[in-house]
Amino acid sequence: MNWFDDWALTLAVFLPMVGVAVLALIPRANEDLHKLVALVTSGATLAVGVGILTRFDYSRSRMPQFEVDRGWIDVINSRYHVFVDGISLPLLALSMLITVLCVIYSWNHFPEPHNPKAFLILMLVLETGMNGTFVAEDLILFFVFFELVLLPMYFMIGVWGGENRQYASIKFFLYTLFGSALMILSFLALFFLAPNTAGQNTFDIPELVAAGASIPRSTQILIFAGLFMGFAIKVPMFPFHTWLPDAHTEAPTVGSVILAAVLLKLGTYGFIRIALPILPEAAEAWAPWIGGLAVIGIIYGALGCLAQRDMKRLIAFSSVAHMGYVMLGISTLTDYGVNAAVFGMVAHGLITGMLFFLAGSIHERYHTRELARLGGILKQAPHLGWILGFCAFASLGLPGLAGFWGEFPAILSAYSPAEALDEGLFRIYMVVAAIGTVLAAGYLLWMFQRTAFGLPKEEFSDAHIHDVHGPEWIAWTPLLVLIVVLGIFPNLLFGITDDAVGVVTQAFARVGG
Amino acid sequence: MYLMQFLVLAAFLFCVGVYGVLVRKNAVLVLMSIELILNSVNINLVALGVYRGYDQAIVGQVFSLFVIAVAAAEVGIGLAIVLLIYRNRASIDLSEVDLMKG
Amino acid sequence: MVLQNIWVIPAITASSFVLILLFGRRLPNKGAEFGLMALTMTFALASIGAAQWVGRPADLEVEPASTIKSAEAHDEEGGDEDHGNKSDKGHAGEGAKEHAGEGAKEHAEEQDEGGHGAEGTVAEAGEGDEDHGGGHEAEPIRRPVDRRWAWFQTGDVKVQAGTHADGLAMAMLFVVSLISLLVHVFSFSYMHGDERFTHYYAALSLFTTGMFVLVTASNTLQALFGWELMGLCSFMLIGHWWDRDGNKNSSAALKAFFTTRTGDVGLLVGISILFFAAGQTFDIETTNRAALTGQIGSGVLLAAAAALLVAVIGKSAQFPLHTWLPDAMAGPTPVSALIHAATMVVAGVYLVARLYGVFWVAFDIGGGGINPVAVVGAVTILIAAALAFVQADIKKVLAYSTVSQLGFMIMALGVGAWTAGIFHLFTHAFFKACLFLGAGSISHSGSHHSFDMVKDMGGLKDKMPWTFRTFLVATAALAGVPPLAGFWSKDEILLGAGKNGYGLFMVVGLIGAFMTAAYMTRCVYLTFFGEPRGAAAHHHPHESPPLIVVPLQVLAVLSVFAGLLNAPFFGELFGKWTSNSTVLGAGIAHHEFSLVAAALSIAVAFGGIATGYAYYWKGFRVGSLRHDRGPTGMLYRLLVRKYYLDDLYEGFIVRGIREPVARAAYWTNQKVIDAVVNGAGIAARGIARFVYEIIDQRGIDAAVNGAGIASSETGGLLRYIQTGRVQQYAALMLGAAGVFALALALL
Repeated sequence: MNWFDDWALTLAVFLPMVGVAVLALIPRANEDLHKLVALVTSGATLAVGVGILTRFDYSRSRMPQFEVDRGWIDVINSRYHVFVDGISLPLLALSMLITVLCVIYSWNHFPEPHNPKAFLILMLVLETGMNGTFVAEDLILFFVFFELVLLPMYFMIGVWGGENRQYASIKFFLYTLFGSALMILSFLALFFLAPNTAGQNTFDIPELVAAGASIPRSTQILIFAGLFMGFAIKVPMFPFHTWLPDAHTEAPTVGSVILAAVLLKLGTYGFIRIALPILPEAAEAWAPWIGGLAVIGIIYGALGCLAQRDMKRLIAFSSVAHMGYVMLGISTLTDYGVNAAVFGMVAHGLITGMLFFLAGSIHERYHTRELARLGGILKQAPHLGWILGFCAFASLGLPGLAGFWGEFPAILSAYSPAEALDEGLFRIYMVVAAIGTVLAAGYLLWMFQRTAFGLPKEEFSDAHIHDVHGPEWIAWTPLLVLIVVLGIFPNLLFGITDDAVGVVTQAFARVGG
Repeated sequence: MYLMQFLVLAAFLFCVGVYGVLVRKNAVLVLMSIELILNSVNINLVALGVYRGYDQAIVGQVFSLFVIAVAAAEVGIGLAIVLLIYRNRASIDLSEVDLMKG
Repeated sequence: MVLQNIWVIPAITASSFVLILLFGRRLPNKGAEFGLMALTMTFALASIGAAQWVGRPADLEVEPASTIKSAEAHDEEGGDEDHGNKSDKGHAGEGAKEHAGEGAKEHAEEQDEGGHGAEGTVAEAGEGDEDHGGGHEAEPIRRPVDRRWAWFQTGDVKVQAGTHADGLAMAMLFVVSLISLLVHVFSFSYMHGDERFTHYYAALSLFTTGMFVLVTASNTLQALFGWELMGLCSFMLIGHWWDRDGNKNSSAALKAFFTTRTGDVGLLVGISILFFAAGQTFDIETTNRAALTGQIGSGVLLAAAAALLVAVIGKSAQFPLHTWLPDAMAGPTPVSALIHAATMVVAGVYLVARLYGVFWVAFDIGGGGINPVAVVGAVTILIAAALAFVQADIKKVLAYSTVSQLGFMIMALGVGAWTAGIFHLFTHAFFKACLFLGAGSISHSGSHHSFDMVKDMGGLKDKMPWTFRTFLVATAALAGVPPLAGFWSKDEILLGAGKNGYGLFMVVGLIGAFMTAAYMTRCVYLTFFGEPRGAAAHHHPHESPPLIVVPLQVLAVLSVFAGLLNAPFFGELFGKWTSNSTVLGAGIAHHEFSLVAAALSIAVAFGGIATGYAYYWKGFRVGSLRHDRGPTGMLYRLLVRKYYLDDLYEGFIVRGIREPVARAAYWTNQKVIDAVVNGAGIAARGIARFVYEIIDQRGIDAAVNGAGIASSETGGLLRYIQTGRVQQYAALMLGAAGVFALALALL
């Protein structure tokens, strides 16, 4: 099986592109074949992912595995260097899973203006971009994949979106691109300022991790600023979040799901993979600010949710709050914090992805997402209603469900951040973040009450509302099962991430003493 | 050595030639004046060749022979052009030949 | 042995939950059979476990922590050794996976070692100890049975899941499983024909699981699991009839969840603080020991205890977060019984009892005087009891009564009467469950689903004889009539308060006991005596079916006898059984039964009943106060409006956050932050236009065009040179050559 070890990641990244090529050749009218090809491709990619999961050596999750390191652009010494370790593996698997489920979910309801061929092609291109970002170990490669996801998402929102799609898609595209521009500047600065042991300039992330600490502190802080802008906009952190509600609200259901479940993680992943380990001193200088923005985001996102009248927009805003916990965890620069962040990323992917699925399904049935017009879903579609309730509770961080393990350890870690950080400040953050859980309960349960409890509103009282149907069950069951399983056995995830997270945080032992 | 005299002669011939080229309106005379300029150069070449030493004089003489050959060709073509101008315009007054005026 | 395997108990109810959800609907009894079966099994297991616990030899000797503490001050090494033990403990726990018995022994040995480590200096510290605890020798206690499994690991810290079986846990398991079993039986008849019968039973199972998880938890994180699970189930059960009465029921459910969740902020913070303070462990015993031996700084400990107290206030419905509990009456009555008697609200009391070392040291409970725990309890006793007087709804009377009794328990823990506090929890469970189920029985068969005592009840004592008798017994027990259960536990609390230097709180307790007796008399009067009113008069009240009456009878019997378990002339068995190393470590004083105190509390109880009798049997009607303009009328209105707390919370805070604050935040989002983004976009376009029109079109392009124009104009000028005359050209050439020659010559 050495063959597999060498090719697994390349397959995981580029198999969807093969699917894209096949799809491009099939005439547009042949819809069933399109769906089938997309399903098979994404399924095959997932199979590769399962192969990776089974062949992964969990006892050495801190080590690079399935590593490929070939020459790519020799002129700038950029290489095709990919591998997975304990941090990227869960996210890679999440990305693969979500794509398959999205293909299944859209089986019978492609949003207007239909055109499954284009839609599926975009979805598969997205998958390549997402998978590639999670495995890339070269800054240029990373950047290419990071930017690759923008385009399909832009078209997805711009073509299949809601009424205000033009504005939302442009905003999404430009905003993110703006961050990327600053990010690439920082990449170049790293290239020139941190030569590897052989004295060569390099884009290789592991080599930069070894060399980055030699950059003077003041320069590090500047470089970090560029990375911060690029990643923080993607996360998105307060106050760079305003593209998110618009993009989510206008995007088609599947677009929202992928956006929430995977795309937002590219930013936080960038922090953990690139910003923190390469620039440890700058990370320490920036951490209090990041933590501060994170807790502001938690409270602020929650308040934003409470003011919403549109269900999908509410869920979109809740992402701001939840990613706040993730960023709070990262900003503590501790094992707990970063573990919590990775867990939070996966959990948020599962739960919020699920909530967007639900919002989409409800919209499809009632043709509205306005909270004031909905009600009594439990009466008309009990399964749908209970699943919504389940996800609401998972999202507010109920222990025993996945959301808890992203939230509580982040709060916990803020009590005792890395040595170089101000304890008192982070303890204030801890209390504020804990108060955020109350607000989370407030807006989620309020939404649940408004939509699911009571009796259906008059305009819908005679409508025939279909309960959860086949493709929905298939697409949702894995998510629901994972939410419960990860909630009860957090070690399934902590066991993978912990060792690898140690590598990231050990930099702070080095600097902080 | 009488170099100076040859050079003065050549300069005189050259000046006469230039004068002719600039002032005469008759195309044939202009051609003849060009001939004068070339010959003044020939004189210079031969004289300076001898001046460098008798064993080197041959260089200047060969050069002059070249010039004479080229001048012959030039006069041939020049007269042909003048002839054509005359046929077209019935005049060989150079001041009237200004087709290239910008 | 059951004690090593008490994880089975929550596991049974959890699987019952899953089975009911999966198959419940297809079964003849709609899934109730799973719930009943599971609860019967757990009750049997809990009883066996309790028996085994009682049968365990009491051979673990615990030094009061004050000795260890002062010993450590003298001897640094002793402290270091203690740290060593702590880190070893993880391994001991792992060993317990297969050899639970051995693991437990090892654990105990370590504790002994801790003791030995300090022994060398005991003599020096002995004197200080005598000053404090009265110098009594600590009695040996039963060894707790621990069991651990690896749960997850982050960084260097391995967190273990585990069970901790000791007297407190076993007593709780016994009570919870019994009450829950009776509630299951009762509900079978009470909820018959309900639309969501299956859901109801599933939620009951999960609810019970939550409490089981909490009481068997060996670490705070697991306790948090049980704690929140109950929150979830209370939400589901209180909001069980979410489709009736508009949003009233679901709002009550929301309020319950939301209020307790507010308290949970404290729990999250408190657990986080204790985790680091106790040396990166969630383990409850380790935490208690660390607190008692002074390893935790007093500031940190105080912060942790204060945070936890907030959680307790939320969950156990203490003032000022008690308002959700009366609203929770929107749920089905058996659920109320379960919530009030055995689960949910007593979780807070249990938490204090479990983490007593933390509270003891942080608030200096042993020192007497005044402390936050006792104050919260005392205030709650009075304000809730007062509210109970003005309620027309029988369930709300009982609800406020629960709040008030929980105040007793919290106050007991706050004044250092640990055993009394949990004993009151134990006895209160029986009579309060009996009262609630009795109220359920009345509404089921007597008042046609109404709970309004003033409108729809009265004169039911002959129509519903068994309900009446059991209700009366439970009322007497609650009021503290000897020798019923409530008397013994309440008396102990008052005694503890008096003897531990909390005289003021004893007085509050006595007033509370008086009020309890009085409002319960009112309740009994309005329900069972007088003329039948409303539904009770028109709907032919009759006795309830056996499945409802039998649980009442069982509970009534227990209400009579449960108190004897800790009665002085039966050897105060309950106290001995539940005693644990924390209690002994804290050196809590034990007090002998006092006849004077007993006489006082009896007098107060009868005084309350007599007052109530005199007041209500004399034909007093609720409502005459309603129009009174004097101070009593104002007081009455204050009580009817529940001290305006609900108005404050719902009208001001919740609405405040939901409306103006959230709006403002969103406004900021749209008009400020987003405006900046949009502004950046607009500005970018403005700049673009500027660049295009001014710089590009008029600048660069003009330059380009200008270059063209310039060259064409220059060409126009130069054109004049181009005469086409050969001779002029020649002249120019000559002139130029001359100029160059001149230049050459000059240079």
